[in-house]
Amino acid sequence: MESILKIYNVEKYYGSRSSLTKAIDNISFEASKGEFVAIMGASGSGKTTLLNCISTIDRVTSGHIFIGGEDITKLKGNNLNKFRREELGFIFQDFNLLDTLTAYENIALALSIQNVSASEIARRVNKVAKELDIKDVLKKYPYQMSGGQKQRVASARAIITDPKLILADEPTGALDSKSAKMLLERFAYLNKELEATILMVTHDAFTASYASRVIFIKDGKIFNELVRGNDSRKEFFDKIIDVVTLLGGDLNDAL
Amino acid sequence: MMLFKLSIKNIARSIKDYAIYFFTLILGVAIFYIFNAIESQTVMMNVSSSTYEIIDLMNSMLSGVSVFVAFILGFLIIYANRFLMKRRNKEFGIYLTLGMSKRKVSLILFFETLIVGCISLVIGLVLGTALSQVMSLLVANMFEAKMTEFEFVFSTSACIKTLIYFSVMYVLVMIFNTYNVSRCRLIDLLNANKKSEKIKMKNPWLCVIIFIISVCVLGYAYFCVTAGVTDMQTADKILIPIALGAVSTFFIFWSLSGLLLKIFMSMKNVYYKGLNSFILRQFSSKINTTVFSMTIICLMLFFTICILSSAISIRNSMTSNLEQMAPVDIQLNKKMDLPVNSGYSEAVIEDSKISVSETLDRLGFDTDKYFKDVLEFDIYASNDILVRDTLGDYYAEVSKQFPYLAYDAAESFIKVSDYNKVAKLYGLGQIHLDSNEYVIIADFDSWIDIRNQSLEKGTPINLNGFTLTPKYDECKDGFIYMASNHINTGIFIVPDEVLEGVSRESELLVANYKANTDEERQEIEDMIVATGNSAYASNTDIEASTKLSLYEGSIGLGAMITFIGLYLGIVFLIASAAILALKELSESTDNKERFRMLRKIGTDEKMLNRALFRQIGIFFIFPLVLAVIHSIFGIKFCTYILETFGKGELVKSIIMTAGIIVFIYGGYFLITYFASKNIIKER
Repeated sequence: MESILKIYNVEKYYGSRSSLTKAIDNISFEASKGEFVAIMGASGSGKTTLLNCISTIDRVTSGHIFIGGEDITKLKGNNLNKFRREELGFIFQDFNLLDTLTAYENIALALSIQNVSASEIARRVNKVAKELDIKDVLKKYPYQMSGGQKQRVASARAIITDPKLILADEPTGALDSKSAKMLLERFAYLNKELEATILMVTHDAFTASYASRVIFIKDGKIFNELVRGNDSRKEFFDKIIDVVTLLGGDLNDAL
Repeated sequence: MMLFKLSIKNIARSIKDYAIYFFTLILGVAIFYIFNAIESQTVMMNVSSSTYEIIDLMNSMLSGVSVFVAFILGFLIIYANRFLMKRRNKEFGIYLTLGMSKRKVSLILFFETLIVGCISLVIGLVLGTALSQVMSLLVANMFEAKMTEFEFVFSTSACIKTLIYFSVMYVLVMIFNTYNVSRCRLIDLLNANKKSEKIKMKNPWLCVIIFIISVCVLGYAYFCVTAGVTDMQTADKILIPIALGAVSTFFIFWSLSGLLLKIFMSMKNVYYKGLNSFILRQFSSKINTTVFSMTIICLMLFFTICILSSAISIRNSMTSNLEQMAPVDIQLNKKMDLPVNSGYSEAVIEDSKISVSETLDRLGFDTDKYFKDVLEFDIYASNDILVRDTLGDYYAEVSKQFPYLAYDAAESFIKVSDYNKVAKLYGLGQIHLDSNEYVIIADFDSWIDIRNQSLEKGTPINLNGFTLTPKYDECKDGFIYMASNHINTGIFIVPDEVLEGVSRESELLVANYKANTDEERQEIEDMIVATGNSAYASNTDIEASTKLSLYEGSIGLGAMITFIGLYLGIVFLIASAAILALKELSESTDNKERFRMLRKIGTDEKMLNRALFRQIGIFFIFPLVLAVIHSIFGIKFCTYILETFGKGELVKSIIMTAGIIVFIYGGYFLITYFASKNIIKER
């Protein structure tokens, strides 16, 4: 399988020489095309920092990150922005939809900043809306939608550009369990049917159980890794819970 | 002391947010000082006593206007302050959660206002003092006073006045803040940022209908003040088009926001290009809540443009008028042949039989010694020929249109030979008449229009047994009486023999002084004024208008109008620009979130800045464009009203006005842009 994401010896330090915090301490892993990877860890474990580094929002202290063969730690300025809007899709915990725009316009924005023609935008928005089951909310504003709908609109915006990699930061964090389940099923669908590569950060075992692989992070290091293989989701969930228990009190706050 | 430190830190931290507030305060203080300091500058000037009178009048008017200006600035400051407070609700919420009492929070705000107030007063006064030195050059130039040497003027009285006025304003702000803090609830403060405004899409058809109606109403208002201006006989009638204009402005903004969005949304290729959809949505989401302030700002800009351009053009045209309008040094005018029962004393009636030069002689003034180019001539008037008679058939029509004109006044006549002598001295064209012809000279535009109507019809006049017909089908430009404005409503020039035996209305003597310098002229003039104290003075009713007095009166009046216009115009401009800037900046916290989202999905920094620039630009341009359209008609109306002051030089004054607007309004725009850019910047 072709490897989409390669992370080599990435380190990220915060603070000064006297009080150094290693948010990420030498992490390396790969994700292949069509994989659905979840990164689990407690608050402060460094998982969001890692995601920020991958999403080029933050810079690494050392190490390299390759996305589709390109070393993004070497990108600068507008190339970085170009890379971000063309190769990456983002889904955030708090949706990050523009409140002044309708769902349709929010989704379209991801394409219009790439100068895609209006007719092409219309075609693609309608297609992705159908896949995510949000056709009937396209004309609504964020304040008129439920959390689950908002997150699916945000997901639509993330995948409409056909990104190499979709990055999701606690996508279910602000959703009730029913909406969360619905969203995750959509993720699984996107992953299976459209072969979208998804990297998701979460501290919730249930959310992580939808992934095909779970990487556990503790204190900036990789602590464990689980591959779902042919397990059912329930079995996989139990395995995740085992690891979480192993991690000890550190992850208790997440459950 | 702890609280005081906190206040200082707060100011230092939010200096960028305060930038516009600060800038406005400093500008307000500086302008207030500058215009109030004019008084002490004029005291230093070396000008004649009649100019002093006008300067006195100007200074008292300026201080009267200052009270009004203080009100505007006071409201502006409270408004600006309210905006800043709103943005800091969360901060106050945190103070209260930490257990600080409301009294202490008020105290922090008190210190903050005190510090900001003191700093802005000091900087404003320093800036004002510096700029007022430039102003003193302008003042001297306006009054055509000689600046022998540059003198640094610091006006203590203006400084104290500024301090008092602004202290009162700051105290009001403090009271307002205390009241606000005491009233607020913690939960509201903490949640203040989370409120999201509902976005209502207006019904596009309703928008179209309202837009069309508003445009029609506005068009009617425009018509009223331009083409239909002749229907406006009384001053209160102008209020109707102004009210119509204001209301339609409001509805144009209201409907246009929905309409523009709809139009652009239908142009899919434009709407879905780059951040266009975002910019337009930003605009329309905000304009819903800002229609009212936009209207106010638009109208304020409109008044500013009209006030500035009219004030500047009046001054310009007044000075250029004078060169033509006062071609000789002195003109003496005496009523002649007063009838016995006219209410004048017997001595005056007796005096009205002798010529002007003889009267001067009796007053003890030596005409030969001091005057040259002397010309004496008579103006005739007859109750047989009234204004209505000379209008002929046109009278019926015109009296309906302008019922208030003096149609029953007697027309004035002059012999063509006398006129040609005067015209030669005045530098006007000569007129040659056949024995049955007449010519009207006039320079008052609306009267010229009326008279031309009857001249075109060849309306004949009957005088003293002669029947005369017009030589030309229009009035000739010209005048007899010296004045600072174009006020000659019409004088008939007729063949000499026609006026034999017609009663004289008055006799005029025009002359130049036998003098080479201004000082000598002033000396002669003082002598003429002194004749008013002679024994014979009570026996005569003689009027003098001199070039010097006209000049002084005119430059004084022109300067007064210019200064008051500048003062009000600039304050209006600052107020409207500041409101816009504050409105825009107060949204920047929301914008910060939005721009962060855009950045996260990979929008170029350049694209973001361009979007911000356009977004703020549209907000500044929108009211300005409508204000400029209003002004085109407003200025037309102003020139109509002020036409006695003469016209011309309007282009120059409009360019100056545009310069002032670009400088202040543009300055505010740029500050807003850079401040917003700073706010949305990722730290």
